[in-house]
Amino acid sequence: MSEMRRVTAICNGTVVDHIPAGKALQVMQMLRVDIGRSNPISLVMNVPSGKAGRKDVLKIEDRELTQEELDRLALIAPNASVAIIRNYSVAEKRQIELGSELVNIARCSFWNCITQNSREPLPHKLRVISADPLDLRCSYCGRSQSIEELAESIL
Amino acid sequence: MAALGFVGGEGMSDLITMDDLSNDEILEILDAAERLLPVANGDVYAPLLQGKVLGNLFFENSTRTRMSFESAMKRLGGEVVNLSSVGSSVAKGETLYDTMQMVDGYSDIAVIRHPRQGAAQYSADAIEIPVLNAGDGAGNHPTQTMLDLFTIRQAHGTLEGLNVVLVGDLRYGRTTHSLSHALVRFGAKLTLVSPESLRMPTEIVGDLQSHGSDVVESENLAGAIADADVIYMTRIQKERFPDEDEYAKVAGIYKMTADDLAVAKAGMIVMHPLPRVDEIDPSVDSTQHARYFQQAFNGVPTRMALLCRSLGVEVPKEVGE
Repeated sequence: MSEMRRVTAICNGTVVDHIPAGKALQVMQMLRVDIGRSNPISLVMNVPSGKAGRKDVLKIEDRELTQEELDRLALIAPNASVAIIRNYSVAEKRQIELGSELVNIARCSFWNCITQNSREPLPHKLRVISADPLDLRCSYCGRSQSIEELAESIL
Repeated sequence: MAALGFVGGEGMSDLITMDDLSNDEILEILDAAERLLPVANGDVYAPLLQGKVLGNLFFENSTRTRMSFESAMKRLGGEVVNLSSVGSSVAKGETLYDTMQMVDGYSDIAVIRHPRQGAAQYSADAIEIPVLNAGDGAGNHPTQTMLDLFTIRQAHGTLEGLNVVLVGDLRYGRTTHSLSHALVRFGAKLTLVSPESLRMPTEIVGDLQSHGSDVVESENLAGAIADADVIYMTRIQKERFPDEDEYAKVAGIYKMTADDLAVAKAGMIVMHPLPRVDEIDPSVDSTQHARYFQQAFNGVPTRMALLCRSLGVEVPKEVGE
């Protein structure tokens, strides 16, 4: 990194890099890393990036995100790169994978979908029709999902 | 597919959307429905479904769909158990999942109509027996589509390449959603006539166009009559509007009379899933074009064929022999 480091390296935890510029807060919301926990989180937004021009970066200390948690990012940051850090070194690199169906990641945002009844026990399922551009439809009601609304409906 | 009928992988199958059927399967079901016409009329008794029980689950009002399923099942020697949300545990707040577990035990096949979209697929995921979608909110109504296709083929001898005009509530109207999907697969040219606020949802129009279909959107019914092979009228559905003022703006916007049909082709048919309010004047009833009452009857043979298919029961080439 040629310029001065904006955030210090972390000892243990997870670094999510190459988040689309301006999306880091949504990523935090989707990962639910901002709720009910006390581990430090560093967030950098709109920093220069060779790949995308500008990017956001998220560093979460003392917590290794699971693959299931990371796959949520496929909705808004499918090209983000993820590193698990142990003792200041990259111990693992993880890929974000958009499968053919997202199960219990987000609730269908359509007001009249059967899944809006929170007591219905079957899993929430969104079918991936197309990865690029992202087109997700509820597996039950078939409605297309807006990504903005989905961010509000993360389970 | 075996020559004698519906022999699927596991013998039983759901019908939730028209995507569950290939074009060949659609035609095969229509052929079976045609063979079942004398049974639907009551002229021939063919107990193909004797010993089977249909769970008829209507969480929303219905006249034709409920009665024609019941008639279809009974004409084929089967039994029917009914559930409506009034007077059942549904009114006490029971989940659909729990209700469906009961149905799974009480019947061999379930027909469900529900005000919530996605309820039919949800039910199919919840239980083992086959589920037929009889309308889920503003979603799909594939058994209506099958009887519509039956009626169109009965009149025109084919489903291929027809000029079909869909009129009215195309936003909330589940019959037109399912029917338009099916028609484009047979190369129909569609004209979608509706007021601006009730246009077909853009994702559905996109799906139709992705089939390479010629889809025209318009607010003008009169201009679409002359070229039409089929005009499919629908009711503006008051119960689907979140806001009564919005309903008032478009109620009664399309009213077809016999005089309007003077420019129509001789073979053009007027269809309607019924009930109608004022969108088709009674003067149309006595014209050669009116086909909606025949269409309502066609629900019986078509649903007979669908019940047989979903239960893995073959319809013989010669019914009643």
